[in-house]
Amino acid sequence: MRSGTIAKKLGMTRLFLENGTQVPVTVLQLDSLQVVAQRTVEKDGYTAVQLGAGTAKAKNTTAAQRGHFAKANVAPKRKVAEFRVTPDCLIEVGAEITADHYLTGQFVDIAGTSSGKGFAGAMKRHNFGGLRASHGVSVSHRSHGSTGQCQDPGKVFKGKKMAGHMGAVRSTTQNLQVVRTDAERGLLMIKGAVPGHAGGWVTIKDAVKKAAPEGLPIPAAVRAVGGEA
Amino acid sequence: MNLIAQLEAEQIAALGKNIPDFRPGDTIRVGYKVTEGTRTRVQAYEGVCIARKGGATISASFTVRKISFGEGVERVFPLYSTNIEAIEVVRRGRVRRAKLYYLRDRRGKSARIVEDTNYKAKA
Repeated sequence: MRSGTIAKKLGMTRLFLENGTQVPVTVLQLDSLQVVAQRTVEKDGYTAVQLGAGTAKAKNTTAAQRGHFAKANVAPKRKVAEFRVTPDCLIEVGAEITADHYLTGQFVDIAGTSSGKGFAGAMKRHNFGGLRASHGVSVSHRSHGSTGQCQDPGKVFKGKKMAGHMGAVRSTTQNLQVVRTDAERGLLMIKGAVPGHAGGWVTIKDAVKKAAPEGLPIPAAVRAVGGEA
Repeated sequence: MNLIAQLEAEQIAALGKNIPDFRPGDTIRVGYKVTEGTRTRVQAYEGVCIARKGGATISASFTVRKISFGEGVERVFPLYSTNIEAIEVVRRGRVRRAKLYYLRDRRGKSARIVEDTNYKAKA
């Protein structure tokens, strides 16, 4: 199992292909994505890599975190996340992962914090049908209907779908296709929409429900240190 | 310029399309590629451009209206679509609106657009 990556959502655009079709794409950026720490079986009981992305100002980083980044000899990172990997896919600390980590046409799962919708009604939040437009319905066209039975059971069951806060929760979209990669600028173009707002952080992993394509860089596509090849 | 706008500008340049200067009110002829089974041919669609949207972005589009067999037909084309073979300006029109949606309610004589005889392209 390879490591995933952290990316920043830049926004959406479209691509016109030679065959006349257009593809809606989300542009994600791998911004100075480096390995910050390793978790090993001997020390931690499991294997994983901790990655950091973006750049944080040193003055806004806590002393504890500064020490943690200093140990890995990397600049302070804005966003840190851990990815479980198999022992053969451990990446050395300080290595920078590039957009070549993914192949064109590959499928990935992308997780992020979905856009907050605030307090949303039952129609928007749970796709309820609402009440009728006419036939005596007054004021409550978009309300939910009944919430249960009568004196028996005499209560509304726990977990009843009702109006409430919607969005701003972690959500994963599975099987999104990588349309294009740009290693130089660290850009990934993903077909379709990705959870969250532009500027938000997302994590990208190889799709769990699709077979991995041939020729994936294992353990990771790493930028050569010191500008060598 | 943010990165998205930059990517779009790069793609517009890479597509290398020669788009003539046309505005709402102009009569244009669009050569649109149609695929029938295996062979493709170019279909001409001629009418009045009644709207342009999207400015300098890759998602820019324009709307062309024509009267086909007595029925008004409007088609929206993505400006940078690879399906568009050519856009040709047939006639320059003089109008005072950016969106000529009022033409939808008009028929015949009142739906005419005065020709702009001394058309000057904007810088």
